[in-house]
Amino acid sequence: MTRLGKLVLVLCLIMIINFIFTGCDRKEDVLNIYNWGDYIDPTVIKDFEDEYNIKVNYSTFATNEDMYVKLKSGAGNYDVAFPSDYMIERMIKEDMLYKLDKNNIPNLKNIDEKFINLSFDPENQYSVPYFWGTVGILYNRKVVKEKVDSWDILWDEKYKNEIVMLDSQRDSIGVALKKLGYSMNSRDINELRKAKEILIKQKPLVYTYVIDEVKDLMIAGEANLGVVWSGDATAAIRENENLEYVIPKEGSNIWFDNMVIPKSSKNKKKAELFIDFMCRPDIAARNTDYVGYSTPNNEAIEKLPEDIKNSKVAYPNEEDLERCEIFKDPSDFITKYDIIWTEIKAEY
Amino acid sequence: MVNKQLKRLYTFLIFLFLYAPIIILMIFSFNSSKSRGVWTGFTFKWYIELFKNEEVLTALYYTLLVAVLASIISTIIGTFAAIGIHNMTSFKKKVVLNLNYLPVLNPDIVTAVSLMILFRFANIDFGFLTMLLAHITFNIPYVILSILPKLKQLNKHLAEAAMDLGATPFYALRKVIIPEIMPGIVTGALIAFTLSIDDFVISFFTTGPQVTNLSITIYSMARRGINPVINALSTLMFLSVLILLIIINKRTSKDVKHRGDII
Amino acid sequence: MKLKWTSYPYIVWMAIFIIIPLLLILFFSITSGDVFRLGEFQFTLDNFKRFMNPIYLKVLGRSITLALQSTAICFLLGYPMAMIISKAELKKRNAMILLFVVPMWMNFLLRTYAWLTLLGRNGLINYIIKSLGFEPLSLIYNNKAILLGMVYNFLPFMVLPIYSVLIKIDNSLIEAAEDLGASKLEVFTRIILPLSIPGIVSGFTMVFMPAVSTFVISSLLGGGKYMLIGNLVEQQFLWSGDWNFGSAISIVMMIFILISMAIMAKFDEDEKGGGLW
Repeated sequence: MTRLGKLVLVLCLIMIINFIFTGCDRKEDVLNIYNWGDYIDPTVIKDFEDEYNIKVNYSTFATNEDMYVKLKSGAGNYDVAFPSDYMIERMIKEDMLYKLDKNNIPNLKNIDEKFINLSFDPENQYSVPYFWGTVGILYNRKVVKEKVDSWDILWDEKYKNEIVMLDSQRDSIGVALKKLGYSMNSRDINELRKAKEILIKQKPLVYTYVIDEVKDLMIAGEANLGVVWSGDATAAIRENENLEYVIPKEGSNIWFDNMVIPKSSKNKKKAELFIDFMCRPDIAARNTDYVGYSTPNNEAIEKLPEDIKNSKVAYPNEEDLERCEIFKDPSDFITKYDIIWTEIKAEY
Repeated sequence: MVNKQLKRLYTFLIFLFLYAPIIILMIFSFNSSKSRGVWTGFTFKWYIELFKNEEVLTALYYTLLVAVLASIISTIIGTFAAIGIHNMTSFKKKVVLNLNYLPVLNPDIVTAVSLMILFRFANIDFGFLTMLLAHITFNIPYVILSILPKLKQLNKHLAEAAMDLGATPFYALRKVIIPEIMPGIVTGALIAFTLSIDDFVISFFTTGPQVTNLSITIYSMARRGINPVINALSTLMFLSVLILLIIINKRTSKDVKHRGDII
Repeated sequence: MKLKWTSYPYIVWMAIFIIIPLLLILFFSITSGDVFRLGEFQFTLDNFKRFMNPIYLKVLGRSITLALQSTAICFLLGYPMAMIISKAELKKRNAMILLFVVPMWMNFLLRTYAWLTLLGRNGLINYIIKSLGFEPLSLIYNNKAILLGMVYNFLPFMVLPIYSVLIKIDNSLIEAAEDLGASKLEVFTRIILPLSIPGIVSGFTMVFMPAVSTFVISSLLGGGKYMLIGNLVEQQFLWSGDWNFGSAISIVMMIFILISMAIMAKFDEDEKGGGLW
């Protein structure tokens, strides 16, 4: 016992000393990055750390909503976050973001003008585009033999336990609204109620509600029909050639994920350095190749392999895009969305 | 005879149920494919990668650090608290004991969100400190609960006798009381350590971006597919605990013969 | 003895980290308005009223049902196991108890996650079923998978307390009964079972409580389809950001647990030595 006791004591001491030392280490610069799961080439972080001698704490979120709550509640002083369009609009409104100093982000010039000054951030004072994409249906041709061009197929009894839905309130409610022929930005409580009803009706058919795992499920053939973001579709198709992605005829959502600096950041200069690094053509190209989403970075597109550059999934036709809506911040109506989503999830 | 076979079979089935996922985990730590469920060949590469994977190693480091610090601090506070509570008048004792039961009885998630609200109100940055404070908080009650029975068994007059013979209260505490309740203290510390190392819910709600423990890492990995490196790490941890237990068991088996059961 | 003072640090600790946080939850549950800006709130009972909506009551009902079912299954599986262990010879007995405790040293999230590998549509069990020529079953992402996860995680909490009571039963009692002509069944129902009630009671509480409040098992094995009360709290705090409603649910959950504990304690009133301590 005494020997064991001493051993434990020594181990504790080592750990405490170690802790104090790492405590000292903290003087070196640290950046807290808050990104979507599986949304960056991990080697890019390593390169950034080596190049600028800055330690990166990288953590991930699953949806815009949980990222927002985390930032709003002050549970974490993040330096760079990656919210989507409607969430950026909300965060600007609530004064949660720093204005960017564009002199510190020279690589902004690589970004295609199409993606600058969009409605959620009219003068691009707060955000820098990272990726964009669409929402659509990914299906396995071997199992789903009919033509897929409508959201209706997600309500087809035939595909019970084959369907995967996104566990994200705006996306799933948006799909239901589109199926019903309404706008994805509906502010009409009756339309929302109808959307809720059909989503509840759909529940018995759904295999599971997920976010990042959808790729694995579809690749492995565990589920064969799912709502996905376009980049996940690209990544999945790369692994399983039987998969195909469509943007349904009723229209869908086009989204933009931008980099922002939340007010919780204590290191704005370094955060801008990171954003600039992400806009560097070689880095942006590596990320695009890794995650499969569509890059707004013109220089990066040049560096991509042919098959990605010409991919219809990542860079769809103009007419497909015209059917797509951008999410808007529902502002005070957001609580209605929250409540409706909670009720959909709770009902069975 | 049939009866005996039946018992054997039953025991086997129950243990199969308990160990099936663990065996699967261990087997898949040698699987060369990254995805679960598909066996593509035998490899050691996850064990090599484990020692290069910073995310997992940092999480392991924080898990152990928090567990060690939290169990030491909560054992110290808890031991003194138990002695104090034991010497309280019955009414006060009842009140304190009932309050002490609260974190034990309360669902983890309630304790977790209540602490989250507290830290938010106090405006403390979420991170290592908040997680450590939370762990100490849920550990102390268990330490107290494992020491109190030992105090009850303690002869009341022992400490009094020591003091009559000229010992200061502190000296009596150190030389008489503490050694007598040592088994309770050790049990309490072990329970605290175990709870702390396995905790997910409370850590999940009280930590910040810089600090994650193994449970949180695994939970966030579950969303994007578990890295087999985690399987390798768990296999190693599991085997080391098993070996440690076997050694302790061997060394104390003579003891056990005299004393009987381990719990 | 003047050693009361030694508990003062803990009493301060308790006030800060146990009592104040619970009061804060209570405060949040009866207010509305901007959570993060003090001075902009109103007192209201709306959060509790909202919970009275059948949708949420159903979630509570589902959690209780699942927790009761898993407690019952744990009891039915665990009692015979505890008896078998308690009757084994000393060395074997200790080894078996160790075997029950050892899995708890492996991260419980990981153990639960490993069930996905076994139960998935292309998992091991379905692989065996398919190779025997049957249709694959859907074993995952449903109520039963959650139930299995609960039983799997909490079975040791049922076996250990029952076992620790069973080994303390005086053998001469049983022998006396047998000498007086009691059948095996009678010995069990009239001696062993009544004497093991303290163990059963603490087993019930130790399984039921974590089962009713879990959100991890249901989110890993339930595929986001089956919301339990724990998931509801998690969602309010981490996803919707409605801390007031989340606090109200927490309060409901806490009161429910404390009441069921009080009921359990009644059963256990004058019996001692049931628990793990």
